[in-house]
Amino acid sequence: MTELNRLTIAEARDKMAGGEITSVELTEACLSAIEGAGVLGAFAHTTPERALDDARAADAATEKTGLTGIPLGIKDLFCVEGVPTQAASRILEGFKPQYESTITRQLWGSGAVMLGKLNMDEFAMGSSNETSVYGNAVNPWKVDDRQLTPGGSSGGSAAAVAADLCLGATGTDTGGSIRQPAAFTGTVGLKPTYGRCSRWGVVAFASSLDQAGPMTKTVRDAAILLGGMAGHDPMDSTSADLPLPDFEAALTGDIRGKTIGIPREYRVDNMPAEIDELWAKGRAMLEEAGAKIVDISLPHTKYALPAYYVIAPAEASSNLARYDGVRFGRRAELAPGDGITDMYEKTRAEGFGPEVQRRVMVGTYVLSAGYYDAYYNRARKVRTLIKRDFDEAFAAGVDAILAPTTPTAAFGLGEMADADPVQMYLNDVFTVTVNMAGLPGISVPVGLDASGLPLGLQLVGRPFEEGDLLNLAYALEREAAFVAKPARWW
Amino acid sequence: MSIDLETARKVAKLARIRVEDEHLPELAQEFNAILGLIDHLNEVDVEGVEPMTSVTPQRLKRRVDVVTDGDQPAKVLANAPDAREGFFAVPKVVE
Repeated sequence: MTELNRLTIAEARDKMAGGEITSVELTEACLSAIEGAGVLGAFAHTTPERALDDARAADAATEKTGLTGIPLGIKDLFCVEGVPTQAASRILEGFKPQYESTITRQLWGSGAVMLGKLNMDEFAMGSSNETSVYGNAVNPWKVDDRQLTPGGSSGGSAAAVAADLCLGATGTDTGGSIRQPAAFTGTVGLKPTYGRCSRWGVVAFASSLDQAGPMTKTVRDAAILLGGMAGHDPMDSTSADLPLPDFEAALTGDIRGKTIGIPREYRVDNMPAEIDELWAKGRAMLEEAGAKIVDISLPHTKYALPAYYVIAPAEASSNLARYDGVRFGRRAELAPGDGITDMYEKTRAEGFGPEVQRRVMVGTYVLSAGYYDAYYNRARKVRTLIKRDFDEAFAAGVDAILAPTTPTAAFGLGEMADADPVQMYLNDVFTVTVNMAGLPGISVPVGLDASGLPLGLQLVGRPFEEGDLLNLAYALEREAAFVAKPARWW
Repeated sequence: MSIDLETARKVAKLARIRVEDEHLPELAQEFNAILGLIDHLNEVDVEGVEPMTSVTPQRLKRRVDVVTDGDQPAKVLANAPDAREGFFAVPKVVE
């Protein structure tokens, strides 16, 4: 028998429905793959007993969904009742949620199997999974003696899916944290429209940008997993009260007559020729499948990253104010005579890593008296213009936009250690616009670079048209026929 | 705009993050790198543009103003570093 952990969600679902395999067998295969992949640092906490209990329950269930018995990994940002949930931060050491996030509650309700919590950048702030208190997650793709980043912040999710440690994983995306790691690992990552998936019980980074989504081996699996994650939730006031379509049913592969926009502003200086070629290849593939290609302009693109680095830290500084050593997580050891301000300051200094501290302080600065208008309000105005660019493109008849997901392939762990923080932020240059405009975006693996590392292209769709977007991604996936897998070295 | 040591110290204080004096120069330098990126926003003409308050056009949902949850002190206190007699305990606040 082939290793069951290598199956896609759709294949496993069909084999379970046909009685060929059980969820217990599938779950055991994943658990043993996880055990053998410690060096990847993908899982931060595993829940093997819970997983087997879930699997037995799934095998016994009489009513099944597309996710019944499917073993999943959960990013450490999602509260799972009774299971350590730390957002990969020291400040949440020992924290065990007393409640369940809406997304995971829905997944367990659909019969999915909980394998454990996945590594990530601390509070989802990072593009390389190097800011985690758990240590680095490592990309299963390897072309020389270097260990490569799986990207971030959902690096553990991407590594786990690419290395077949789970059938699918949850991720979150505030500026590219699902799509960039998917591109770096040859997997599929979908950031849904803002409001499509509930944020209730997901540790908050930047509330107006955060959106959870699926990370999977195929576009079809992304459609299936999105169906389990999405839906209106009264517990999240920004959750969209819209009917939930059957995303998998949208995958007809027929994209004839669709109009794809190619934004000229995404052709940035110093873009490697390979990325440019990949983009041209993607364009040709969609054309081959019957889509109409048009050149478009999104004039405020280059201001998305600067505006993001005002808005995201501003929201983070507010959201992370709750970590004060009083209600949950870790409190610093205090010296005799220390007052409550000493407790706050010492707790936050030792509990937050350097990148989180930096962003909280930048956010504090841009919100402080005298700078609020110059920075925060100006950034919000620029955000209005960024969204308007997309609105105008869609109004002109564009169905989706095609662009590279990342400016490079995966880089080596530690290679950015001496760079200033802005160099790392440039990883998000193609993805962050989508969060600023609240749109759905999906990264699809399309090819390998000369060294043999995967590269992804991103499709950006109209708000709440994930079905259409997934169908375009499905057509691109079929044309690209990307089947490469990392050779096992771990 | 550039951030000096005094501003860096003030921001750290506002953020309630202890930063030792010897680390302030490095912090100020990192702030300045990030502000260098942010300052590109000044190139944009934002005259007459409304600041975005919501990325989706819908109006926030309203609900009836009634108690829907509560009465679970044990759960609320379960993760506290120091909980005593049904309260969060902190260092003395009032002299």
